[in-house]
Amino acid sequence: MNGITLTLRALHHGEKHFAGHLVTVAERHRTEHEIFYVATDLARWSREHVQRLADTGHHYGLNLDLGRAPGTSDPSGTGVLAVLREKAAEAMGRRPEPGLLLLRDLRELHLGATENSLYWEMLAQAAQAGKDDRLLALASSCHPRTLRQRAGQTP
Amino acid sequence: MDSSVDRIAQPWGGRTPYGRHDAWPTRVDTHLMEGVSPGDVQRWVRAASILHSDGDAMDIAVKDGRMVGVRGRAEDRVNHGRLGPKDLFGWQANASSDRLTRPLVRQDGRLVETDWATAMDRIVSRSKDLLQEKGPGSIGFYTTGQLFLEEYYTLAVLARAGIGTNHLDGNTRLCTSTAAEALKESFGCDGQPGSYDDIDHADVIALFGHNLAETQPVQWMRVLDRLDGNDPPRLLCVDPRPTQVARRATVHLAPRLGTNVALLNALLHEILRTGRVDHAYVEAHTVGFEELETRIKDCTPEWAAGVCDVPAARIAEAAEILGSADRLLSTVLQGVYQSHQATAAAVQINNIHLIRGMLGRPGAGVLQMNGQPTAQNTRECGANGDLPGFRNWENDQHVADLAKVWNVEPKQIPHYAPPTQAMQMFRYAEQGSIRMLWISGTNPAVSLPELSRIRSLLSQERLFVVVQDLFLTETAQLADVVLPAATWGEKTGTFTNADRTVHLAEKAVEPPDGTKPDLDIFLDYAARMDFRDKDGGPLIPWHDPESAFEAWKRCSAGRPCDYTGLTYDKLRGPTGIQWPCNDDAPDGTERLYTDGISWSHPDTCETYGKDLVTGASDSVVEYRSLNPDGKAMIKAADYVPPHEGPSADHPFQLTTGRTIYHFHTRTKTGRAPQLDAAAPDVWVEVSVADAAERDLGEGDLVEVSTPRGALRGRVRVTGIRPGLLFVPFHYGYWDTPAGHGPDENTPGRAANEATVTDWDPVSKQPLFKTAAAALTLVERGDGRPAPAPTTTASAPSGTGGERVPATTGGPSAHATQSAHAIRPEDAIRSAHAIRSEDAAQSATALRNGREEGSQ
Repeated sequence: MNGITLTLRALHHGEKHFAGHLVTVAERHRTEHEIFYVATDLARWSREHVQRLADTGHHYGLNLDLGRAPGTSDPSGTGVLAVLREKAAEAMGRRPEPGLLLLRDLRELHLGATENSLYWEMLAQAAQAGKDDRLLALASSCHPRTLRQRAGQTP
Repeated sequence: MDSSVDRIAQPWGGRTPYGRHDAWPTRVDTHLMEGVSPGDVQRWVRAASILHSDGDAMDIAVKDGRMVGVRGRAEDRVNHGRLGPKDLFGWQANASSDRLTRPLVRQDGRLVETDWATAMDRIVSRSKDLLQEKGPGSIGFYTTGQLFLEEYYTLAVLARAGIGTNHLDGNTRLCTSTAAEALKESFGCDGQPGSYDDIDHADVIALFGHNLAETQPVQWMRVLDRLDGNDPPRLLCVDPRPTQVARRATVHLAPRLGTNVALLNALLHEILRTGRVDHAYVEAHTVGFEELETRIKDCTPEWAAGVCDVPAARIAEAAEILGSADRLLSTVLQGVYQSHQATAAAVQINNIHLIRGMLGRPGAGVLQMNGQPTAQNTRECGANGDLPGFRNWENDQHVADLAKVWNVEPKQIPHYAPPTQAMQMFRYAEQGSIRMLWISGTNPAVSLPELSRIRSLLSQERLFVVVQDLFLTETAQLADVVLPAATWGEKTGTFTNADRTVHLAEKAVEPPDGTKPDLDIFLDYAARMDFRDKDGGPLIPWHDPESAFEAWKRCSAGRPCDYTGLTYDKLRGPTGIQWPCNDDAPDGTERLYTDGISWSHPDTCETYGKDLVTGASDSVVEYRSLNPDGKAMIKAADYVPPHEGPSADHPFQLTTGRTIYHFHTRTKTGRAPQLDAAAPDVWVEVSVADAAERDLGEGDLVEVSTPRGALRGRVRVTGIRPGLLFVPFHYGYWDTPAGHGPDENTPGRAANEATVTDWDPVSKQPLFKTAAAALTLVERGDGRPAPAPTTTASAPSGTGGERVPATTGGPSAHATQSAHAIRPEDAIRSAHAIRSEDAAQSATALRNGREEGSQ
């Protein structure tokens, strides 16, 4: 296990977690329409990143559990927990308090994207140092989206 | 020379063919009330059309203090005398017997008549209580695209500097916010690049989601006249419906809903692949070309064909037309703006022009269109979720400058976050942070998406709703206070069309007793609230339309929409004038960007831009590094699939839209007999293939449903794209027994019962054209056709289509057309002399309080 495989593993975990977090936040704030739709769209990018990291991992002897990134199994959001979250959001839709919860969720998402961004930066540096074009291409293609995900979660 | 034409049966009237680069011949359209002859008309009073965004100049005929007809203005640059059906007949609604003439207040759950003092006092005391208890953020204003410039400006000052609220937007959010945003993203600032005169010079006219024939019928007449003349243009039409534009197009693409970005990326891909890029222009005037090149590398026509369900060969043909154009004019409207990825798509159309260098020359231009007549002014005056004069809310210098114009402290103007957009304002009202919502000149209970939600949130006890309108609209029925307003023809003011042409519309008749012009209502509120500037003087010192206009001129000075060279007197000249109009351009400005990109410098621009997918704002630092010298920005965007696609339960795509005979929620056009009869009720357009498969025929009653709600209408089988349903959005409930919404006896009738609450993250424009729906038969037709016009995109098709009687208007719909033999230059000269005398007379007559002048 070297720095590259560690970073790939950490990123794989981070992107997968982030996709799940976006979907959860979308469901929790179902009545905040823009949050719901944009977070759902942004989750798609992280799921793509998870797939590409897994594909790349094979070249470094990593068998990253593809599993199912949260949300992919159930794009319509009909899982029990998802339905509970959405119903709760609808029940609270006329009250101002969830606004504070939303601010907390956006802050968490922002920090999550920042963490992923740091890993992408590390991966890019390692790729440049090792003249690893495959890795550099992966980081150059995914990192800008992570930055856009972060900007998209600024309250 | 004169002929009389049924303008319901022939909405575009007769042809006056002309060749490329020639002047469009004049044709003066006149409609007078039955029994009134031109000789009976005592005064002709200057105005322009208020029922669409074209800005067709006209005169209102007045006899014995009443409006008796209209006539197009021959000398005006916009319409050369022509009028569309809505203008010829719509004015009659002013005299409708159900005009509101007394303020109403809610008492024990019912609206009861009261006087102005009582109604205004309720609004003022609620405003003051809320300001004290909850602060300025508890008050919101939702206005329109149908008032006058002077009214929007006054509203913007009282809301932003008087109340100090961030919550002010217009229903322009539903119609034109993507146009503004796309211009800001590409050029750094709002401002229509092109001119209607480009139609005279273009060899290719590309219409993207723009049913020009029905939304701006007079410019369609111009296109028809060019098609019949020498060296006619080729038309490219992107529209899923068989519009009149589609029928006349060289290439017609009817893509699957929600795939505009994929299609446009493929068109850009082909333009690049075939080497049609103007590299010198790109180098001199743009940034971002390399990024576009990379992003569309794989967007081949074959790829797009799969996404859009349009043959790859057609896409290649369309790209060939765009690529081989010598002067390309593109126009864009709701098919792009009210769709998924609205701004991203509209920006790609700007990109076509930027990479081909098709800007700032006769015939080479972009028209990012507006829907409503005065939407342009909502944008300029900052009544739309932007600061007045296209100022940048993130630029402290701009805010300080505005504060100086208003003589207030900069901190009095909220700029800590973006001005609140309409959809979010309704969300705040739903969630309880907005407690007072003042709605002027618009009808959200019919025009916003997901109507059951809108009705429910407007009905909340805790929300104080003020509605200012001409009639007891669906929205007014849910209000706590209703203010009866005077309208076009009864008040004076200016407004600006989609190609920056400013017109003056003067008061022709007295408003009905008991009503007040919108300007007077806002001024009265400001006076009662006693808004002050930082030196203790009145915040709003003006008192009438002309003094409001002069105040606006000071606010516009030095900004792109510079009005400083205009006066009411100058606007009484022969023709409307295009801004910017100032010392440098005293006759106005025909085209923007004739010599580079003028308003995108970091110190000048209206915005630092947004991410086209997430909508997140870019920072000034990013903007400066990307675009330090202020060039046009080529912004690429990846295709993102729509949020709601057809499924087993909801197998159809659903889109909503308009017809030539109606405007918005029919508040006026539904009260003009000729227009009402031409399209009296809602209908559902179904394709020939889907009708056959489901055994549906003309006139069958069907239900269209989505998870949000349902509506019922009669089937019209047309050449629409298979798998797609179309429902016009004009119809609501004011002319049903139910009043403001469906009940046990009145099924859903409004298209927006079914639409989704979702919007473009960049322009915040709602998606009226991307939803999935189910279609079920309710009952077989009784042989009567659907109430849909046959003259337009809703023309019948397939078997049985020929049995549907043609839409006609009969004798009351006849209008005269006179083709002037005089050369346009002569017309302008002679008209100048006559008209200014005419105008001076009517102005004097009005000042003297007399109703009738003599001509």
